Amino acid sequence: MMSKIVRTQANFLYPLILIFGFYIVMHGHLTPGGGFQGGAVIATGIALVVVAYGYEKIKRWIKKTHLTAAEGIGLLCFIITAFIGIGTSFFYNFLANSGLIFGESIPYGINPGYLNTAGTLPIMNLAVGIEVLGGLGAIILYMMAYGREVSE
Amino acid sequence: MIFNLPFITVVIVIMFGLYAMVFRRNLIKVVIGLDLVESAVNLFLVSLGYVKGGVAPIYTNAPSTDMVLPTPQALTLTSIVIGVATTAMLLSFCILIYRYYGTLDTRKARRLRE
Amino acid sequence: MRNIAMIAVFAILLSFFMYIALNPADFGYSGEGLNFGHPRFTDMDDYFIHNAQNQTASNNVVTSIVFDYRGFDTLGEATVLFTAVLGVGLGLRMLRGDEDDE
Repeated sequence: MMSKIVRTQANFLYPLILIFGFYIVMHGHLTPGGGFQGGAVIATGIALVVVAYGYEKIKRWIKKTHLTAAEGIGLLCFIITAFIGIGTSFFYNFLANSGLIFGESIPYGINPGYLNTAGTLPIMNLAVGIEVLGGLGAIILYMMAYGREVSE
Repeated sequence: MIFNLPFITVVIVIMFGLYAMVFRRNLIKVVIGLDLVESAVNLFLVSLGYVKGGVAPIYTNAPSTDMVLPTPQALTLTSIVIGVATTAMLLSFCILIYRYYGTLDTRKARRLRE
Repeated sequence: MRNIAMIAVFAILLSFFMYIALNPADFGYSGEGLNFGHPRFTDMDDYFIHNAQNQTASNNVVTSIVFDYRGFDTLGEATVLFTAVLGVGLGLRMLRGDEDDE
């Protein structure tokens, strides 16, 4: 556990980092970013809290089993979304330009960007974001849990 | 010559990484050398797809439609995530080796432990 | 002796890479070899840039390549990340048999 200044900063920054990560994930088809980058940003927030509070306190709030479960669920959603379009081909974008959710079409060329577009891409971004956040968070927690024991 | 400065940087960083992988005895430094080579390859891919005067291949409020090549950027994205995964794997193996042998020196950790 | 041999190998590699990177045969962008800012083959990328907005309705061409045109790459990458986390967990769990919160 670090000093009170670091802990107060971590309390203040942790929700902002989570919101920024989910913003990057959900706007992956409009702005630079996507599932991998947003998941890495959220895992950075987990690393900040673990460093500020120490593993012994944080392991009651963030559990490794939840993170590995999130990783598996993300990968499963990704594969299922890819399999739904198998009537045409694997990874077929069946929602684009269809009028359903995320199904609006966009004008060709430079435009200001509309969130309700791009078909299956935002769904895959969200699935991969959940997977990367679970994977990197689980790696951080595993290393904090078992690598620390050597120095004692 | 000098306009190829990113490729020259790639060569220098790759040579530093190979030096660390071959001549250093500490396993952590070997992992750092592998990461250097990985970063150099990522820089090589990105600079291979650069078009002079191009902008990032995103149409949202883009300043122009002269865009750099998007495929090397997508493959670099794949390469970065795989690099993170392999680095985590190697560092966890380093932790295991330190636990079993008590050292990270490659000359001492080479023997078979009964 | 071993060090001298390795240094010779390094010198050969360095000169070879530097010859490719400096590209001394081409000073005037005639299109041969590596030229920063002037890629040689751009047909596939031009197709992606011009058709990604109509085919996938996405403004970000890189995202449409990663998740749509080259989805198999991303599937393999996600599998590699999953396997790496599995390997880290299995390897580090060998250190201490009984963990309290598992």
